[in-house]
Amino acid sequence: MAAAAIRRFFDGDIWYSFTRSPVTVVSAIVALVCVGGAVLAPLIAPHNPFDLASLQLMDAFKPPAWDAEGDPTYLLGTDDQGRDVLSAIMYGARVSLLVGFCAVILSVSLGVTAGLAAGYLGGTVDAVLMRIADIKLTFPTILIALLIDGVVRAALPRDVHDQIALYVVIFAIGISNWPQFARTVRGSTLVERNKEYVQAARVIGLSRSRIMVTHVLPNVLGPVLVIATLNLGFAVLAEATLSFLGVGVPPTQPSLGTLIRIGNDFLFSGEWWITIFPGVALIMLVLSVNLLGDWLRDALNPKLR
Amino acid sequence: MFAFIISRILQALPVMLTVALISFAMFAYVGDPVAIMLGQDYTEAQRQALIRELGLDQPFFVQFFNFVVNAAQGEFGLSYRLSRPVLDLIAERAPATLELALTAAALALLVGVPMGVYTGLYRNSWLSRFFLTFSLIGVSLPTFLIGILLILTFSVWLGWLPSFGRGDTVRLGWWTTGFLTTSGLKALILPSITLGLFQLTLIMRLVRAEMMEVLRTDYIKFARARGLANRAVHFGHALKNTLVPVITITGLQLGAIIAFAIVTETVFQWPGMGLLFIQSVGAADIPVMAAYLMLIAALFVVINLIVDLLYYAVDPRLRISGAKGAH
Repeated sequence: MAAAAIRRFFDGDIWYSFTRSPVTVVSAIVALVCVGGAVLAPLIAPHNPFDLASLQLMDAFKPPAWDAEGDPTYLLGTDDQGRDVLSAIMYGARVSLLVGFCAVILSVSLGVTAGLAAGYLGGTVDAVLMRIADIKLTFPTILIALLIDGVVRAALPRDVHDQIALYVVIFAIGISNWPQFARTVRGSTLVERNKEYVQAARVIGLSRSRIMVTHVLPNVLGPVLVIATLNLGFAVLAEATLSFLGVGVPPTQPSLGTLIRIGNDFLFSGEWWITIFPGVALIMLVLSVNLLGDWLRDALNPKLR
Repeated sequence: MFAFIISRILQALPVMLTVALISFAMFAYVGDPVAIMLGQDYTEAQRQALIRELGLDQPFFVQFFNFVVNAAQGEFGLSYRLSRPVLDLIAERAPATLELALTAAALALLVGVPMGVYTGLYRNSWLSRFFLTFSLIGVSLPTFLIGILLILTFSVWLGWLPSFGRGDTVRLGWWTTGFLTTSGLKALILPSITLGLFQLTLIMRLVRAEMMEVLRTDYIKFARARGLANRAVHFGHALKNTLVPVITITGLQLGAIIAFAIVTETVFQWPGMGLLFIQSVGAADIPVMAAYLMLIAALFVVINLIVDLLYYAVDPRLRISGAKGAH
C-alpha cells in the first residue's frame, strides 16, 4: 500500500515537473540543508554557542578560517564574545524556523476558519469577517506586529516579557497574516458550496458545521498549501526584521535577525563576517523556500500543465 | 464626483473610529499613566488631583469622546519618554520621513515602470532575464539586509556615501529639507534605494505581467495593422491600459513604504517618525505609539481616496458610469 503510494508519487505529474526544473531541485537541496542544519544543530554544530564555560574571550573577533589570521576550528570566524559564527547561525536558524512555522500554522488556522465561515455561512458573518480582513490588509504586517509587541511590553514587567517574547512574536506575525488565507478559502468555499456533493450532504440532513469541516474543508485546502509555503518565507523575514529592530525574540535566544543586529555594531570596525554570514544564511533560507513555493504554485495549477 | 468623495469619507469614518478606539484602549488600559507621570514621591491627594485633571474618573465613553476630540485637534498629550508634546515630536520628524518615502516611491516608479515595459516587450533578451533574476533577489532580500550591504559597500569599503543621518538640512518655515544641500542629497541616496528596491521590483513585475497581457489583445493588433509606430503602440496604447493596476498597487505600497521606513530609518539612523516610533515601542511610550497609529491610519485613508480619484483620471469608463450614478 505504502510502496504503491510512493510509486504513484514518483510516476506522477508533480515529481515529473520537479525533476524538470533544475532551479527547483537546487532550492530543495538548499532548503533541506538549511532545515537539516537547524533541526540537528545540537548534534552537528561544531561548538555550543550557549555553553558559557566553553567560551573564551581570547577567541573573540577571529576572522573566517580562510583568512590568514583565522582559526581552522572556527570556520566562519567568531563574534565579540568568542562564539563560533557557524554554530550561532545553526542555532539561530532553529529559532527563526520555529517562529516561522508556528506563525504560519496560526495564520492558517485562523484564516481557514474565518474563510470557511464567511464563505459557507455568508450574510452578516461574511460581511463582518471580510470587512475586518480588509481593514487588516491596509495595515502592513510589520506595523501590526510592532504595535502588538509594544503593547505587550508596556503591559507586562520586563522579566515576564522576556520569557514570553517568543510567543508574542509568533502571535504578532501569525495574527497579522491570516486575511490572505481567509480570502482564498472564502473564494473556493463559495465555489464548492453550490456543488452537488454539498447539496447532497445538506439533503441527508447533516449539520452545517459537519458539512463545512468534513465535506468542504478538504476540497479548499489545495491553494492553502501553496500560500502557506510562500508565507513561511515571509514569516521568517518578518521575524528577522522584528529581531533586527530589537523587539523580536530575546537576546538569550538569538535568531538570525538578532545575530545580524549584533553584528551590525561591528560593521564599521571591519568585522564584517559577524553580520554578513547570518545574512547570507537568511537569504538562502528565504530564497529557497520562496522558489519552492513558486514551483508548487505552478505545479498544482492545472491551467499551466 | 463630489458625492463620490463624500461617500468615501463616510466609509473611512468607521475605520478611523476603530483605530481611535484601539489607540484609546492602549492609553487607558496599558500601563498606569498616573504612576508614570507622578514619579517616585507623591501624596494620595496629589494622585487624586492628577486623576481628576486627566479626566480618568470620567465614564469610559466620556473619556473616549474627549480623546477623539483632542486627537482631531492633534492633541495627544506628553510623551512618557521625552516629556514633550507628542505633536511637536512628530512634526519635527515628519519632513525627514516624507522626503525619504517620496524619493523612494519616485525611484520605484521611474525605474520600475521602464524596466517592466522593457521586460514585457523583449521577453527573451538576456537583459530581461537579468532584470527578472534581480527582481527575485529584491523580493527575497529583507530591507534591513539591503541597507547593511549598501552601507558595507559604499560607506565602509568605498567610503563614497554617508552611512547615517540626514546630512545638512535647510529650514523652510517649520519644514526641514535635505533636498537643497549636497550632503543632504548624498545622505538620501542609500536610504532611498534601500526603501524603494522592494517596490521597484514589485512594480516592474506588475508592469511586465500587465504589458504581456495587453499586448495579446485585439486593439493592439489593430493598432499595428493601422501601421502605427512601435513607440505609439507600446506607450500610447499598451502602457496606458496597464496603468489602473499599477496605480492601485503603488498607492497601497505607499503604506508599505511608510511602514518599512521604520526599518530603513533604524538601519541608517534617519531622524524620522519611524525611528521615533521604534524608540517608543522599546520604551513603552504609549502616547507616541497611539499618535503614530492614528496618523498612519489617516494617511492610509487619504492615500486610498487619492488612488480612487486617480482611477477617474486614468480610466474613462469609470467617468461614464459615475456620471450615470451607477456606483
